[in-house]
Amino acid sequence: MIAEKKETRLESPLIFEKSVPGRRGVRPPAVPQADLTALLGAENLRPEPPRLPEVDELTLVRHYTGLSRRQIGIDVTFYPLGSCTMKYNPKVHEAAVALFADLHPYQAPETAQGALQLMYELQADLSEITGMEATTLQPAAGAHGELTGILTIRAYHASRGEHDQRRVVLVPDSAHGSNPATASMAGYTVQEIPSGPDGEVDLEALRRALGPHVAAIMLTNPNTLGLFEHQIRAIAEAAHAVGAQMYYDGANLNAIMGVARPGDMGFDVVHLNLHKTFTVPHGGGGPGSGPVGVKAHLEPFLPSPQVVRRGEGFALDYDRPQSIGQVKSFYGNFGALVRAYVYIRMLGREGIQRSAALAVLNANYLKELLKEQGYRIPYDRLCMHEFVAQPPEGFKTVDIAKGLLELGFHPPTVYFPLIVKEALMVEPTETETRETLEAFAQALGEVVRRGKEWLEGAPYTTPVRRLDELQANRKPKLRWEPSGQ
Amino acid sequence: MDYTPHTPQDLEAMLAKVGAEDLPDLFRELPQDLLFPPLNLPAPLSEAEMMRKLHELAAKNHSAAGSFLGGGLRAHYIPAAVGPLATRAEFLSAYTPYQPEASQGLLQAIFEYQTMISELTGLPVSNASLYDGSTAVAEGVLLALRETGRSQVLISQGVHPEYRKVLKTYLDAIGAELETLPLQSGKTPPAMIGPEVGAVVGANPNFLGTVENLAPLAEAAHAAGALFVAVVDALSLALLKPPGSYGADIAVGEGQPLGNAMAFGGPQFGFMAVRENLVRQLPGRLVSETTDADGKRGYILTLQAREQYIRRGKAKSNITTNAQLTALMGAVYLGALGPQGFREVATRSVLNAHDLAQRLRAIPGVRQLTPEPYFCEFVLELPKPPVEVRSRLAERGLHAAVPVPEEYGQNLALFAATEVHTEEDLAALEAALREVLA
Ligand SMILES: Cc1ncc(COP(=O)(O)O)c(C=O)c1O
Repeated sequence: MIAEKKETRLESPLIFEKSVPGRRGVRPPAVPQADLTALLGAENLRPEPPRLPEVDELTLVRHYTGLSRRQIGIDVTFYPLGSCTMKYNPKVHEAAVALFADLHPYQAPETAQGALQLMYELQADLSEITGMEATTLQPAAGAHGELTGILTIRAYHASRGEHDQRRVVLVPDSAHGSNPATASMAGYTVQEIPSGPDGEVDLEALRRALGPHVAAIMLTNPNTLGLFEHQIRAIAEAAHAVGAQMYYDGANLNAIMGVARPGDMGFDVVHLNLHKTFTVPHGGGGPGSGPVGVKAHLEPFLPSPQVVRRGEGFALDYDRPQSIGQVKSFYGNFGALVRAYVYIRMLGREGIQRSAALAVLNANYLKELLKEQGYRIPYDRLCMHEFVAQPPEGFKTVDIAKGLLELGFHPPTVYFPLIVKEALMVEPTETETRETLEAFAQALGEVVRRGKEWLEGAPYTTPVRRLDELQANRKPKLRWEPSGQ
Repeated sequence: MDYTPHTPQDLEAMLAKVGAEDLPDLFRELPQDLLFPPLNLPAPLSEAEMMRKLHELAAKNHSAAGSFLGGGLRAHYIPAAVGPLATRAEFLSAYTPYQPEASQGLLQAIFEYQTMISELTGLPVSNASLYDGSTAVAEGVLLALRETGRSQVLISQGVHPEYRKVLKTYLDAIGAELETLPLQSGKTPPAMIGPEVGAVVGANPNFLGTVENLAPLAEAAHAAGALFVAVVDALSLALLKPPGSYGADIAVGEGQPLGNAMAFGGPQFGFMAVRENLVRQLPGRLVSETTDADGKRGYILTLQAREQYIRRGKAKSNITTNAQLTALMGAVYLGALGPQGFREVATRSVLNAHDLAQRLRAIPGVRQLTPEPYFCEFVLELPKPPVEVRSRLAERGLHAAVPVPEEYGQNLALFAATEVHTEEDLAALEAALREVLA
């Protein structure tokens, strides 16, 4: 343990700083003599090669192995990052993906029937789980799914001649930043709806904001406080009464996966984050996948192509005249789709519902433990898969987070949602044991007991200590420069 | 099976603590008629059963590992070290590095990645990745429109048709106009650029495989006050001039040739590099070097005021999750090969492609559409419909002849060769195509 601490506290040279001219790693097959000038034209050739690192393979292996030891993930420690659903990523998923690695999107479809079948079945499974009638697998992440879903809504309004009139998208003040950013990218004006004292959407404020100028309302349910929007049916009715569409941000589906379906709540569109609910590994920030499910009236507008059944087999259908077009090249992040498919098929209905329920149980259990440690819970009722806490009076969230790092835990999401001061957003997920939850609660108590002075200096033994963010913002250094330049 | 660890004793104690009778009781505050719908899903499978089903599905696919397919993705060799290093559990199971003290590994790897992309493109600032090549083009164009405050886009027909489709979707969303500049004899002709054009886009090599001199287009763009966006093939940058040297303000592209599996089209990664003065308009994450409380060097996400979680409706993009792990594969790949190895992969791909083109265009009825000089992909006009040719070749165990959209002409098919191919492979495709076209 001590030896490891020492190792990770050492300076970590860049791979460029390990480079030695002439040293080589992996060698490609031999290249015959070539006259590149003749083949490519002298005027097109680069005068100097890119300055890539020159290292042998063992140096490369030690470099990245060393970097990985300066990194933590779910496989290392508890990672209760709210809104991110850091559940265990089963190893079998990686074995599954390897079986499909060598498929090209433009190979003859009759030679990729297994892949297309998997996609076809996943479209159906996701529609079933969300209560929707059709699903596109094309979007590459949640925010990409949001854009796809909002553009689908936009095309629907346009098809009814209402596009010019509907220029506003309503978004609660508790929403994730990607929601308003998406609405802007889709050309809409964003209007924020305040939350009521109970943390839910203020229905009266929403009613006042609704009208024939509204294209859609984007909601997360459970919302980012981890609370189920009880009035969801009334919200949907009010929205539909003025012709607005209901958009479901599926980042929080883990709480109700298979237990309650967005389609049944009155939503018209839903995006899923397969890298959250369906446990595609986050990979340090992607790649993910953001399928979008819709009700029947929106199906014609989904991106092209869709996977369809044709005779005995499966095909890509590009004949979608009302489609919003394409949002990504090819058919989506297929590797992520394989993992989600395996997850759904192994869990089955019961496993899915049980996982959701245990995510809720773990969150509520941890919430009780946090209260015992003196943490405040601004909206203290039965929560869903996550909850928002505040540190004991006088303590700062950033310090609590850094203290947790010192004790070997990844902190919760901090300072989000924006409507709670000093927010700590905690999402333990269903794959954590009771002992882990208890140890984490103990650690939260311990950092407070160690006192402010200790906290303000934390962390102490991580690979680096608190970093100067201001310096990085004022004078960003965004790449390595060879010395002497 | 599921992955929950709860024993009956755990359940009892935990439910008691939270004041619930049983698991369904946890949902007692939800509208009851919503709960527990009868989901139509198959019965759960064990790991062994699942793997068996997956092997059955996989058996219905043909591997395209040694294929001659191109058009955005190609069958390059991925050194064995890339996968195990990039997918080490600490990288694979981490979230975005929001807590830098616990994420120095990834942050440093991203900083190194940014440096490599900057080196390849000849532009000083690279972001941490985007979803893929197509969305990188769209984001690059949106950046140019933000910077210039204009709303028209001129794009060469040489840009991948799917990328142009995706761009159109993004531009329709904000009411910007997209005009296509048709290729002439396989190359992008000189263009008249109007005063409302904010972004001019060209590809190198273009979709037909031709290496273009895009400097005149870039100059024309600048003369009209527009920014120039170059869409480049990552592998080509081993040999070809970096786009920064011929006037690109923004360079974007698909990262798959750098150590990523084809994976039926995803995930791979998109890259983007820009001039220094555009850094505050850049979408997506960015890592900077800085120092810690002890003065030690470290890395941190920076200029976050561009991003959705700070700026919300005014963010530069809605992008959140990107393609970090696949971009990491790209960095490990470049590190594994080094400048010499990378150059050899590119050179061998070019030589193989030229050898293959020579063989195939000698077949009666076949004509090469792609003009000189070309890189490692080229387009042929075939005497039979390409969809059919592709299928007949597949029956012979060879994957080639991507049907090219009709906007480029009739009966066109795209071929690619890479460093994985041997002379025997090229000869085998030649023989098979002769048979199929006979
Ligand atoms: C509530 C919410 N909505 C949307 C997103 C965006 O999803 P993604 O990161 O997959 O683009 C996130 C996650 O970052 C989220 O937490």
